[in-house]
Amino acid sequence: MTDLVRKPLPVPSPGALRKQRTRRLQRTGVVVSLTIASLFSGLPVLWMLSNSFKPNGQIFEFPPRLVTESFSFDAYTAILTDPVKLRFFLNSYVVALSVTALTLLVGLLAAYAFSRFDFPGKKTINVVIVGVQAVPPITLLIPYFGLVVALRLYNTYPGLILTYMMFTLPYAIIMLTGYLNTLPRELDEAVKVDGAGGWTALWRILVPIAVPGLVSVGIYTFMIAWNEFLFALTLTRTEDMRTVPIGIQLLMGQHAYEWNQMLAMSVMGCLPVLLLFLFFQRYFIGGLTAGSVKL
Amino acid sequence: MVTITRTPRQAATPQPSEPQDLRGPRRGPNERRRFAAFGYLSPTIVLLIVLMATPVAMVVGYSIFDNVITNRDPQVVGFANYVQIITDRAFWQAGRNTLVFTLVSVAVHMVLGLTFAMLLNTDLIGPRLRAAYRVVLVLPWLFTIAIVAVLWRMLLDPRGVVNYLLNTVGIDVGLTDWLGSPALALGAVTVINIWAGYPFFMISLLAGLQGIPAEMHEAAKVDGANPVQRFWNVTIPQLRPLLISLGLLDVIWTTQQFPLIWMTTGGGPMGATEVLSTYTYKLAFSRYEFALASTSAVVILLASLVLAIFYARSQKMKD
Repeated sequence: MTDLVRKPLPVPSPGALRKQRTRRLQRTGVVVSLTIASLFSGLPVLWMLSNSFKPNGQIFEFPPRLVTESFSFDAYTAILTDPVKLRFFLNSYVVALSVTALTLLVGLLAAYAFSRFDFPGKKTINVVIVGVQAVPPITLLIPYFGLVVALRLYNTYPGLILTYMMFTLPYAIIMLTGYLNTLPRELDEAVKVDGAGGWTALWRILVPIAVPGLVSVGIYTFMIAWNEFLFALTLTRTEDMRTVPIGIQLLMGQHAYEWNQMLAMSVMGCLPVLLLFLFFQRYFIGGLTAGSVKL
Repeated sequence: MVTITRTPRQAATPQPSEPQDLRGPRRGPNERRRFAAFGYLSPTIVLLIVLMATPVAMVVGYSIFDNVITNRDPQVVGFANYVQIITDRAFWQAGRNTLVFTLVSVAVHMVLGLTFAMLLNTDLIGPRLRAAYRVVLVLPWLFTIAIVAVLWRMLLDPRGVVNYLLNTVGIDVGLTDWLGSPALALGAVTVINIWAGYPFFMISLLAGLQGIPAEMHEAAKVDGANPVQRFWNVTIPQLRPLLISLGLLDVIWTTQQFPLIWMTTGGGPMGATEVLSTYTYKLAFSRYEFALASTSAVVILLASLVLAIFYARSQKMKD
């Protein structure tokens, strides 16, 4: 719009002209740099997509072609009609969605306590929750293995779900406490004056307003659970309990690589996070940066 | 929502943080509030005890036995495992690899992230175009590491497209096996990790750049600072706290990286890409030396705690 206003200006001074020229030059520089950067990030993804539509024999053909005459959805059909591989996806969705729901619930309750109450040991518990995030997963792996076997949760959904919560919960508590702190206390206190308890105040007043914060934390939690590899590898054993990342690894371990199927499965495995990003970009970035600063 | 409009706001505003007073002191409100707080916290506390305190105590306990889990009658051996780990060449090799992998990854993440963020932050191109570039540039970060590993194994295959492109533009690499050569593998996995991780910096720094008041740049311009001077004297100092905390976070994450290594090289060839996490994993689940693996895990924990303390310090400095 500003361009439209600027254009009809009569005879610009030489200084303005030079400025305009440098600006155009800078613009070209930015576009060229961003295009090179995009090739770096985008080409591998494009190549993955392209190869997932080829028959296995053409993946490493020479010279490489982006689209071949045998373009087909065969690899996708093969995945979608194989109950073993579909099970990987089902497992991933069950685990990731359960972790997200439970993390939000438990995290919200704890955040409410931190945000609205004073209690002995508050500082200590807070420090513990922040500090827990520094414990490396590999340190917990061996005792979790022992613990999960002892609790008879080895190779089960609850075993994985509980484990993942240890990685998602601290972040959720910190983020949600921060979010609740931005909501004025008058809101929930007002309901309490009416005779309702803290519980009602939380669910009837705070939760509806805190939806953006919950979405943001929920997306982050889902991503962590969806992507997790080490514990899924160690705490499950049978094929019917494996999640997508482990499923892809199993495909790689097979005698003959079915590259096109691995890639098709990868594309399908990226889809949920990709869609979450496209639809909730704002929450994504907000949650991410707030988390990176506050963690 | 209905409740809010119905309640006279003035009733609550005078003492918003202490509504107990409005209900009268006879119910011992502080006691009740404390009790209530622990009620809300109880699931978290139970999880912290079961899933954090217990396993950390367990792993420290495991590390002083001769072997555990597969052993029916473990014997206490004191610090013998620690001596064995500390004197194990493979452990130090893994430590060195982890350090190189981490420092190079984090440094390049930071440089690429900041460069791309600044490119995306200019008003030289329209918002639509900027948004499109942003989505493409963030793509690698939306990929599960297992998928990143598959993808790059395909790209870096001797017959893969990377070799094809390099040969085509005149860099004669022949049929180099990037992930299979002891001299190149660590560099190759580092490049993969750089590809997968820079968007985190880019997005965070973009938000950081947008938070720098435009007046600061204007003021510097008026003082006659050129763009390079403005970068070093305005942008960098303003982003400094964010750069430090992102850098330390990335150090913590990268030292913990497991799936990328596991699925591309498995730590090989000949330990060239062995990092501390794969080293520990193999001790436990390939060699069933659970006590030794626990010892290594405890050493890694101690190193991480040192990093975490640095992180906490940097946060405090920021406040």
